[in-house]
Amino acid sequence: MIKDLFKQLWKDKFARIAVIVLGIIYFALFFADFIAPYTKDFSDRSMAYVPPSKIFTIDENGKLSRPYTYNYKREFEPNDLKIIYTLDRSQKHYVKFFAQGQPYKFLGLIPMKRHFVTTDESGRLFLLGTDINGRDVFSRILFGGRISMTIGFLALFVLFPIGLLYGGIAGYFGGKVDMIMMRFAEAVMSIPSFYLLIILASILPSGMTSVQRFMLIVIILALIGWAGFARVVRGMVLSIKNQEYVQAAKSIGASRLRIIVKHILPQTTSFVIVAMTLSVPSYILSESGLSFLGLGIQQPDASWGNMLKEAQEYTNIIYRPWLLTPGFLIFIAVLAFNLIGDTIRDILDPKSKTR
Amino acid sequence: MQILIYILKRILQTIPLLIIVSLISFFIIRLSPVDPLAELRLNPSVSKETLQKETERLGLDKPIIVQYGKWAKSFVKGDLGVTSNGEQVSTKLKERIPNTLLLTVIVIFLSWAVGVPLGILAAVNWKTPFDRILTVLTSIGMAIPSFFFAVLLLIFAVKTGWFPVGGLTSSNFLDMTFPQKVLDITHHLVLPVTVLFTLSLAGLQRQMRGNLLDVLDSDYVKFARAKGLSEFKVIFKHALRNAVNPLITLLGFEFAGLLSGAALTEYVFQYPGLGRLILEAVLKSDINLVMASLMMGAVMLILGNLIADILLIITDPRIREGSQA
Repeated sequence: MIKDLFKQLWKDKFARIAVIVLGIIYFALFFADFIAPYTKDFSDRSMAYVPPSKIFTIDENGKLSRPYTYNYKREFEPNDLKIIYTLDRSQKHYVKFFAQGQPYKFLGLIPMKRHFVTTDESGRLFLLGTDINGRDVFSRILFGGRISMTIGFLALFVLFPIGLLYGGIAGYFGGKVDMIMMRFAEAVMSIPSFYLLIILASILPSGMTSVQRFMLIVIILALIGWAGFARVVRGMVLSIKNQEYVQAAKSIGASRLRIIVKHILPQTTSFVIVAMTLSVPSYILSESGLSFLGLGIQQPDASWGNMLKEAQEYTNIIYRPWLLTPGFLIFIAVLAFNLIGDTIRDILDPKSKTR
Repeated sequence: MQILIYILKRILQTIPLLIIVSLISFFIIRLSPVDPLAELRLNPSVSKETLQKETERLGLDKPIIVQYGKWAKSFVKGDLGVTSNGEQVSTKLKERIPNTLLLTVIVIFLSWAVGVPLGILAAVNWKTPFDRILTVLTSIGMAIPSFFFAVLLLIFAVKTGWFPVGGLTSSNFLDMTFPQKVLDITHHLVLPVTVLFTLSLAGLQRQMRGNLLDVLDSDYVKFARAKGLSEFKVIFKHALRNAVNPLITLLGFEFAGLLSGAALTEYVFQYPGLGRLILEAVLKSDINLVMASLMMGAVMLILGNLIADILLIITDPRIREGSQA
């Protein structure tokens, strides 16, 4: 069934583009260590807020040359009291592919030194400039993307079982159980989700490791979303539970939990798939919003949201526009997920005409 | 009369909801390891008496259930305690809530005024280039992170100097005449409204389009067409009424989404609203303020849903009949 779904998805022009775009993004994130010229924590303090490296393919004599770049020189302009960056044209640094660079562990296991693109040791290749600490924005986008693009999925994997079970139990048992459970879910939904999100994030104790923090943010994101999902599942279960095959299972003597989990919930699969693809973007957005406010992923770890935190200062956004790139990536990723979600909905529900 | 009874019932239903919401919020906040009076204790301008009064009011030396009882009692009376600066929480909220309401109400009004007609147009011109272009545009509108869009607009404002950056009023606001004041606030509202409007317009247009397409497929519309009614009459007299109902249900959710989206937008634009208040309170771990603004957010949301439901009762007679059965 999944294979079929994918085939139909591929037939749709827009969805195909979206799948390819996401494929490229995830591929790049998976091989981030190799693709990024620098490691996540590499910083050159003398190179703070350097603009993107200019890459030349035609040398000073007007002849075609191997691509090369110049380093930036930092100069203080005493008249304007400004720091300006000029190209240091005294030394060429050739751009090298598949060359030795900074050591890293490929996928966290295999020690390697080769990078897809890098330059010689004294040269600096900042494809998208650097941030306040002189860290390469391009490399950090790749490492930060790993967090931003997986956190939504992880939250969904926590949230869906909870929502399914909660909605399943409420719907199947009905009566008082249903009423109490649904009142509780409604109450959770009545708290503006973003308010709840920032409060939950702010009570996280400080001094956690980054992995712990990441996991807790996943759980918080899940805590926000389960109620709405459970409510829809409950509605579906209400309509399924009186069907004959459920009664058949009952008469065999299957336990109630077994009926819910084995017989009723599988019927909601197509809804679950649609709901999942449609809600991934909202979790990506929530995480980035949270990190943008400084309550999510913390420095020195990168995420697309916390990289945009620097864009909060006017001087940064006007003089250092390269710091905004993570925002465009969030936009592209969310757009692609939305397109795929819409198409899947159309495939699974031929009656819907959303597109 | 029946309508009134049903509305009354619906209003009464919100009371248990509010109680559960307050319980959840209270326990979440008290679960945090933060000492609720820490900031107050460190603030030299806060007297010992105020501190003592707060400890007593919150019942901090008693079990958590008693604390909740005390809190709920004073909340109902309207006493929300003091902020870490020693200000009354209630005055702070009175200052901020109207601003957030102003923002969200304008956005809802605008997005309905534009989104519904655009949804109808798209549905009527289904699968034409016009519809496709609108779909592309709404996809884009739905995918822009609100805070990022706000940041981009800020660049625009700073570069062109056409719009004031941040706040709701200019510094010389108090010296202005009334029309000037209105103009000044409008000027400040343009950017935050644009951000939220784009987000909610996209969702609303899609919903309207989808609903109308579903309804246009139904038998009674086919029948109306078969009768030989003009297309105009079919759409506006028959189809539209049913297509709008789900939107009214969504009004409540839209309000919820706007409150959340507004928090980030308010933060970026330094807009003095509830969202920014709660954010500042959270960052300072000002417990009284966090708790009160969380409750106010929930109250606004519940009221929004209530209004949506009441509107639905008025527009859709089927719901009234369903309630009697």
